[in-house]
Amino acid sequence: MEKWSLMTITVLLALIVRWTVSLGSYSGAGKPPMYGDYEAQRHWQEVTYNLPIRQWYFNTSDNNLLYWGLDYPPLTAYHSLLCAYIAKLINPDWIALHTSQGYESQPHKLFMRTTVFVADLLVYIPAVIFYCFSLKETSTKKKVSSALCILLYPGLILIDHGHFQYNSVSLGFALWGVLALSYDWDLLGSVAFCLALNYKQMELYHSLPFFCYLLGKCFKKGLKGKGLVLLIKITGTVVVSFAVCWLPFCTDMEQIMQVALPFSLFFFFSPG
Amino acid sequence: SWFRALALGVSFLKCLLIPAYYSTDFEVHRNWLAITHNLPLSQWYYEATSEWTLDYPPFFAWFEYALSHVAKYFDPKMLVIENLNYTSRATVFFQRFSVIFTDILFIYAVRECCRCVNGKRAAKDILEKPTFILAVLLLWNFGLLIVDHIHFQYNGFLFGLMLLSVARLCQKRYLEGAFLFAVLLHFKHIYIYVAPAYGIYLLRSYCFTANNADGSVKWRSFSLLHVTLLGLIVCLVSALSLGPFIVLGQLPQIISRLFPFKRGLCHAYWAPNFWALYNAMDKALTIFGLKCNLLDPTKIPKASMTGGLVQEFQHTVLPSVTPLATLICTFISILPSVFCLWFKPQGPRGFLQCLVLCALSSFMFGWHVHEKAILLAILPLSLLSVQRAKDAGIYLILTTTGHFSLFPLLFTPAELPIKILLMLLFTVYSFSSLKSLFRRERPLLNWLETIYLVQLVPLEIFCEMVFPLTPWKRHFPFVPLLLTSVYCALGITYAWLKLYVSVLTERISVRQKAE
Repeated sequence: MEKWSLMTITVLLALIVRWTVSLGSYSGAGKPPMYGDYEAQRHWQEVTYNLPIRQWYFNTSDNNLLYWGLDYPPLTAYHSLLCAYIAKLINPDWIALHTSQGYESQPHKLFMRTTVFVADLLVYIPAVIFYCFSLKETSTKKKVSSALCILLYPGLILIDHGHFQYNSVSLGFALWGVLALSYDWDLLGSVAFCLALNYKQMELYHSLPFFCYLLGKCFKKGLKGKGLVLLIKITGTVVVSFAVCWLPFCTDMEQIMQVALPFSLFFFFSPG
Repeated sequence: SWFRALALGVSFLKCLLIPAYYSTDFEVHRNWLAITHNLPLSQWYYEATSEWTLDYPPFFAWFEYALSHVAKYFDPKMLVIENLNYTSRATVFFQRFSVIFTDILFIYAVRECCRCVNGKRAAKDILEKPTFILAVLLLWNFGLLIVDHIHFQYNGFLFGLMLLSVARLCQKRYLEGAFLFAVLLHFKHIYIYVAPAYGIYLLRSYCFTANNADGSVKWRSFSLLHVTLLGLIVCLVSALSLGPFIVLGQLPQIISRLFPFKRGLCHAYWAPNFWALYNAMDKALTIFGLKCNLLDPTKIPKASMTGGLVQEFQHTVLPSVTPLATLICTFISILPSVFCLWFKPQGPRGFLQCLVLCALSSFMFGWHVHEKAILLAILPLSLLSVQRAKDAGIYLILTTTGHFSLFPLLFTPAELPIKILLMLLFTVYSFSSLKSLFRRERPLLNWLETIYLVQLVPLEIFCEMVFPLTPWKRHFPFVPLLLTSVYCALGITYAWLKLYVSVLTERISVRQKAE
């Protein structure tokens, strides 16, 4: 059988397993007052949609950080904002400020599950397919089997589509970074990994290998010539990526300081 | 070991489907558990507290009785007859798991059928072996998965019995095959659609033990012993099943429960058979007649204009159809295939062809046919599809349209991605595997057939996504069902005719060769 039909079948199977898992319950279902990760994600949609950016990470009268305060970097916040815009079109009650706390219904569950599903489909799954196809000196069967094994990994499926989280986005971006580096597209790889890092600070676990690999590449090319150019380019790319993500927050230095401190605390103590 | 992987994989998928939507059939079976558990035999077919009365033959009632003794360990409250629509988590888990568990018989039957498929095209790659492809087409059949494990029915083990009896007949173990089919008939009487194929084949190939040189029946080889044995088997099974009820004098009640002819020509959703086309033609002619003022609007019964969903309706322009008419049509339509089986039996393959044609013809012309009955034709046809390219082409058309016609069974939003993804999975697999199996022969489908099948995609988008957002939804809610039914009826009719022509022309050419 041709490799594209085999891969299509693999992807379809992976999607079916994901959606059937999402038929089940989610974290904190029917458990007031705190509920769980599902309510956290819904709350972030509420916060990002209704409040101005300067209030997203701060304890204000409208934003109680003790009730699922935003503890991921801005890209998660932007993703929540995008989902909130779509939620508003379907049913504004889902993200109404304050009144939507603990909102649970079948249509809302369907919406939330769809957001995870779409994120998975757009970021993580294509990365896995490209990765498997780019494996060298492996037969088609082995490539498809690798894809099947990776896509059917139960841990990610259960956490993302069951418990309810968006790990596939950050992991997907990190994998795109790996792919880009394997093709010697260092700048694109850096951008991809920066996106991963700005989505979930948990990706810091993968940052050291990326850093050392790129630095080592610069050294290999010779720090007096091409290596230095590459180092400057990569540094510039990383700084620009971070700047783009954090730009809306850079209204004043005091804000940045106020964000950076609790942020680093959250990084150390958050469950990830 | 690949077989085990396929069987386990699909079983795990079935487990994942446990929390999915289930239809009223779930309550039907819960009610039957309660009835058989609590009431004595004499009241099983009279109990009517719930609207879902027992309308399957006695063996199925005994099956529910056996299940009920396991059910009491899960949740005894589900066995109370008055607990209508009782759906505790334990009940759902038990019922779902009973379907998954009884599918073991289906898995065993598929294994036996795979043994019957000849491995002449011995391919090195496991994915290209006919046995592997057949196993996937049967074990992962889309229709069976969604009807049994989402909608909720027990077709798995019943088809297991049927496929097992087919396998036994292919292995020339005639008595076992006959016994299994007799048992099957007393589990679910819908299999009577294919009884003529069994009857004629057993008579021709088992009761007459030899053929003449030109292939025609050798009348002298009639074996009284074989006929007696067959008769004994059928009588014994029937006695075991209906015996107690005949003694109680309840046979007419059972017959009225099993064959409720009071229901209309078509189900609420028209099964995509000949009568769907007939109804559509009637509606079209009515509208045309009204527009051209050939018909008097006051004389037209209201139901037929707004309906499509009303169970009993009279036709306006074309003559109304009675149960007797459908019986005659069905009988006439199965005659050619049965004659073929008698005059030129080609062994097990000929029997399978006749079986599929009987199932399809009964589907086309039967009274109050359910769209799920298309599975009776699809599953046996899978066995033929991995052996000949022509059958593979017909199989692809029948299976894609047949499975698509099952879509209206799952109408909840949460199940929409499941049915689309599963349908895509099965369709992509069936097309690519059969194409690669027969890649040395000409293409399986011509351009017209391909266009027809591709048009299913816009049809689905229109019915599920576009139509609900239009203002017509309130006034004509039946339009998507009507469109689906009529469009699929075209495909299924075409597949039926194509299969018939292929079987008849094959026989004629064989006879010419013999002469």
